[in-house]
Amino acid sequence: MNTFELLQTLTETPGPSGFERDIAAVIEKIWQPLVDEIRTDRLGNLIAIKKGSGRRRSGEDLRPRILLAAHMDEIGLMVSRIIDFHGQGFLRVVNLGGVDIRHLYGQRVVVHGRDGDVSRNLKGIIGAPPDSYLPVSRRDKPFDLESLVVDPGMAYDELIRLVSVGDAVTFHQPLLALENNRVAGKALDNRCSVAALTVCLEVLKDRTHAWDVVAIATCQEETRLLGAATTAFELRPDIAIALDVTFGNGPGASDERTLKLDEGPVISFSPDTHPGICQGLKAAAERLEMSVQSEFVNTPGGTDAYAMQVARDGVPTGIIGVALRYMHTMVESINLKDVERTGRLLGEYILHLDGQTLSGLAEGLMSEK
Amino acid sequence: MNELLKQLSEAVGVSGQETDVRLMIKDLIAPHVDEWQVDPMGNLIAIKKGTGAVDLRVMVDAHMDEVGLMVTAVETNGTFKFAPVGGFDDRALLGKVVQVGSKRVPGVIGCQPIHLATTSERQKIVPRSSMRIDIGSADKDGGKGKVAVGDRAAFLTPYEELGRVALGKAFDDRAGCAILIELLRQPPYPFDLVATFTVQEEVGLRGAQAAAFRVQPDVAFILDCTPAYDLPVPPHVDESPNVHLGRGPAVYVMDRSSIQDPRLVSYLLRTAAENDLRVQVRRPGGGGTNTGSIQRTAGGSAVATVSLPGRYLHAPCSMIDLDDYDHMRRLLEAALRGLTPAVLNRES
Repeated sequence: MNTFELLQTLTETPGPSGFERDIAAVIEKIWQPLVDEIRTDRLGNLIAIKKGSGRRRSGEDLRPRILLAAHMDEIGLMVSRIIDFHGQGFLRVVNLGGVDIRHLYGQRVVVHGRDGDVSRNLKGIIGAPPDSYLPVSRRDKPFDLESLVVDPGMAYDELIRLVSVGDAVTFHQPLLALENNRVAGKALDNRCSVAALTVCLEVLKDRTHAWDVVAIATCQEETRLLGAATTAFELRPDIAIALDVTFGNGPGASDERTLKLDEGPVISFSPDTHPGICQGLKAAAERLEMSVQSEFVNTPGGTDAYAMQVARDGVPTGIIGVALRYMHTMVESINLKDVERTGRLLGEYILHLDGQTLSGLAEGLMSEK
Repeated sequence: MNELLKQLSEAVGVSGQETDVRLMIKDLIAPHVDEWQVDPMGNLIAIKKGTGAVDLRVMVDAHMDEVGLMVTAVETNGTFKFAPVGGFDDRALLGKVVQVGSKRVPGVIGCQPIHLATTSERQKIVPRSSMRIDIGSADKDGGKGKVAVGDRAAFLTPYEELGRVALGKAFDDRAGCAILIELLRQPPYPFDLVATFTVQEEVGLRGAQAAAFRVQPDVAFILDCTPAYDLPVPPHVDESPNVHLGRGPAVYVMDRSSIQDPRLVSYLLRTAAENDLRVQVRRPGGGGTNTGSIQRTAGGSAVATVSLPGRYLHAPCSMIDLDDYDHMRRLLEAALRGLTPAVLNRES
């Protein structure tokens, strides 16, 4: 599977926050041949372990381990009400995660049937009455969720047999190939990082690395960084790295807060990254002669690293990712090469983890450099 | 699957650049008409000879063009500014997929991510001037020359059927074109039938004006789509819809462009009743169709508009009811077969 096909599979499989079962099953199939163990935990996180060859820690049955977290959930919607309007059926929805509601009107969606019953999946389109049908207070504004409806083009009696309040809704947008190795689609935040993590596991496949590698597709990042918090507790990593997207330079987004598409992985420097890990990632990029970008963020938050850093008694963390345009829309855009480079960079970083890495990180915090 | 509708819906013909649709329709109708011509504006006009039993000059019109966008400038970051071709609600554009130029280069419509917008910006409609078409090109080269200023962009929306409804772009008015093509495929009518597939309806009913002058019909039926606003409104608002999806084709009585000929309105409603076909009267109101042009061209024509109700018409993905489509086709065929000069002489 090339990177485009991989992303096609990953983005077109549904997995809104709290409903990650389908996407977890797809990722499990892809990762299975690349790791030694794989399982799903009770929250729905997919946890894969690839054993290292290094010495076990004294007195313990464990090698040092690095946790790589890429959240697999996507933003979406949830059915909140089923409406009978002159015999026609419509759905009101609420958001799952930070959906840009301004983008919803005219969007095709899929309403997912209960219990993963795909035969109950229902397509529809998000509609709204024209302004003249809305109260004056709602006119000349972006449509809000009180005005928008999911329209399945179906009679009410038929609709209530297929849909329940609480059903998840995802956007229907096949992955689109653009110029310059770029692609656009839904859920690239953060399936492109799942793809990068897959590339990393492929790099490590037949290589020897000292540390154990724990690859996790985390759940419910978009709503509350849930999966990262619990897995970082459960799996006791010595280093944890979050793979996530960041703001790409583009229309209306050309200031200092954005990074360039096509110009390599983004290494984040922020309160929730450990300076020694940032340096380690940069050194790995130099060994590969790969161009990388640095992102400086003033406040913590926004990725799984925020939760992982404070797991147990604290974990050295890093954040690496891909610059993405039009975040939290159905046309999120990235460069495929950036995804591949991110995976290779991470692989290179892991290949050089050894018995001195941890003491080096600790000493780094006490040196003047 | 209605293959004809799918083919026409997925064709690209933004107002002023209807060539692909014109060629497609020419190929579809050529075996079923006696002659066809393309006038200087690009209207495709075809004549299907009748039996001669009825002495009337009858025109049936559907417009070929669709609303879309035009590329107006290239930005240094490789994205494109654009202007609308036809009327739009800007709120329908964000996050949609388009195809640009004759090479149909795929692109997306994007704007600033909401995370970087201020609170007051979030509460306002994103103006079209802040949106860009993005084909992935990295600089001012326009994707290595694949896209140029002046290129038109159409939505990239695959046709699909969900039960009794169809989703797709440009049903306004390719659905009308499809029905007109189906009418031409039938046996001859009692009179010569002149079919006009017209250009530039969405930018001011332009093509029909020239076509009607050439045809100068006694009677003209205009086949179009009308937006259906049969959607639930937020609590505490009561507005009854103008038309309903699923209740049959909508016969116009009046809109911004014309008052319809009452004799033809009655005739259409009567024909529907006699043939057990669904029909509804569109509530008089705004909007305009080619009827406005055709009615006042040359010495004038008796006109009637029949429209297929469609939700979200001037948007990337609209919805029509396939039963409505079928009833509209049957209503028009019955109306044409029964049409006599007496219909025009009879008081409504």
